[in-house]
Amino acid sequence: MASKPRTLYEKIWDQHVVDRLDDGTCLIYIDRHLVHEVTSPQAFEGLRMSGRKVRAPEKTIAVPDHNVPTTLDRDDATTMTEDSRIQVEALDKNARDFGVHYYPVSDVRQGIVHIVGPEQGWTLPGMTVVCGDSHTATHGAFGALAHGIGTSEVEHVLATQTLIQKKSKNMKVEITGKLAPGVTAKDITLAVIGKTGTAGGTGYVIEYCGEAIRGLSMEGRMTVCNMAIEGGARAGLIAPDETTFEYCKGRPHAPKGAQWEAAMEWWKTLYSDDDAHWDKVLTIKGEDIAPVVTWGTSPEDVLPITAKVPAAADFTGGKVGAAQRSLDYMGLTPGTPLNEVAIDTVFIGSCTNGRIEDLRAAAAILKGKKVKDGLRAMVVPGSGLVRAQAEEEGLADIFKDAGFEWRLAGCSMCLAMNPDQLAPGERCASTSNRNFEGRQGFKGRTHLMSPAMAAAAAITGKLTDVREMM
Amino acid sequence: MDKFDKLTGVAAPMPLVNIDTDMIIPKQFLKTIQRSGLGANLFDEMRYDREGNEVPDFVLNQPAYREAEILVAGENFGCGSSREHAPWAIKDFGIRCVIAPSFADIFYNNCFKNGILPIALPQEAVDVLMKDAEKGSNARMSVDLEAQTVTTSDGEVFTFELDSFKKHCLMEGLDDIGLTMAKEASIDSYEAQAAQARPWV
Repeated sequence: MASKPRTLYEKIWDQHVVDRLDDGTCLIYIDRHLVHEVTSPQAFEGLRMSGRKVRAPEKTIAVPDHNVPTTLDRDDATTMTEDSRIQVEALDKNARDFGVHYYPVSDVRQGIVHIVGPEQGWTLPGMTVVCGDSHTATHGAFGALAHGIGTSEVEHVLATQTLIQKKSKNMKVEITGKLAPGVTAKDITLAVIGKTGTAGGTGYVIEYCGEAIRGLSMEGRMTVCNMAIEGGARAGLIAPDETTFEYCKGRPHAPKGAQWEAAMEWWKTLYSDDDAHWDKVLTIKGEDIAPVVTWGTSPEDVLPITAKVPAAADFTGGKVGAAQRSLDYMGLTPGTPLNEVAIDTVFIGSCTNGRIEDLRAAAAILKGKKVKDGLRAMVVPGSGLVRAQAEEEGLADIFKDAGFEWRLAGCSMCLAMNPDQLAPGERCASTSNRNFEGRQGFKGRTHLMSPAMAAAAAITGKLTDVREMM
Repeated sequence: MDKFDKLTGVAAPMPLVNIDTDMIIPKQFLKTIQRSGLGANLFDEMRYDREGNEVPDFVLNQPAYREAEILVAGENFGCGSSREHAPWAIKDFGIRCVIAPSFADIFYNNCFKNGILPIALPQEAVDVLMKDAEKGSNARMSVDLEAQTVTTSDGEVFTFELDSFKKHCLMEGLDDIGLTMAKEASIDSYEAQAAQARPWV
């Protein structure tokens, strides 16, 4: 008997339903729970107060990332503020007391939770993955159903290994054809948000597909899914294929031997059926995507680098006021060519673009070049292992020779909870994911872009079309 | 968790779209290991200048809205990070209900875990409520969760949609974890079955 055609999302969902109420509210089993120091202390405290245990400590992985300094002297506890230190120490203690897997700051495998999970083989196709962090969407690159949750839900998952959920709608985002030179995964994901808006994905799980997506490495796919949340979606997904299996094989926590074969058999069924129902479809031609930057304070404020700063009057509805507020905050004059906007700082890193391929792309532009005089530029690898690999490949020397600071792993200036911050009025070319007011520091100004574009900006001291340097 | 049934109070107007969680509670306040005390820093970077003085124009600093219990805002309220510190700060300030044309998914869910009612209404309805909120402290808005209605100070009534399970939990002040723990047998049997089907997990 033929079963009803299903999307990839529906296949993973069905596999994880523990219990279902009449109104469609379900209890979903969680295969992997990632934990960091900022959104977990109140959850562990809740367990203590009610005398509860972590139900599946073997499926729970903790790593400090948001607060940790990325300077080379971070072994010195005084490099952290008192409150940051307390939060990291609380995670140390909670990981120990509740017996979960843990990568402390001193471990070379430490890094941003969304980079460590895949790197260690914790994230695998068909899994459900949650974390008290909106960028959990990253793990969708493996064909895993992955999304961010609040601290109350973190406590719920710790106690029960399940989550109460209602099924989302299905949205397909297809990127057809090939990408033009100089266009990367970051440009894809920003271009999609530019089209849908930051609320266009609300209520949906997005599956990204099409030739341009298939052509991406796992690193690139993670960049695309990472920002699904910036489009408002609950999660982003990419069906697993040979690229995925190749990446997973041999990772420390990936299955081995007969279990690998059994896993592969199931993983190969993880795709959307031809006749599956989509509630919404967006198709973009790969060749139409240009290298992009953001000009405003919402990730939907996306334009090709060849464009000009817009005016508030170019928008409609509530966006008119928001655009004016953004222009004032960003200190930009409508009509100014984007490639004439001067910057003070370059930040390369984050769970969006802190992986080895990102560093390779930036280094390829920077090789033999120098950072513009007076500019502050830093590279923060996403994990200790990314850092080590970049050093082995000679990328670290390229960055250092160009005048970049070569840092230790952490979230760093993506959200500036550690000492890496913008001063008021400073303008940053950033490979991170959010350009919100104050995100990288009080009154700091953020332009989001790809690692190659950030590297180009570092050389010229202004927003720059990377294609002119290739 | 606190129960929610009816609320009548001052509504503060924030006619801005895409109010993100970094605006609601900036990252420097995420370093707490407690849930309480964040109300003082709600909308911190809009509400105070660098020296910590109040910005007089900001709505919650205006005499009429200092005791606001309802917030009326633009679409996509609460977008951005998963930080539950955002609803914790809203609640700690004294706001129990946020009304907007739409909400970001994670923020919306987080509200229900903290006894806050997020109400999504069509833009035209929110426009009317925004005008009502702009009248100041003499105009008190009413919310009735049981009836699923919002009533303006002039008596105009709007009905809103809400998931029945979420409504039930909020009205009864139910603890999700307690509810799920009662289904432990189902979780046990799921795990036993999954260990067979997907032993690598």
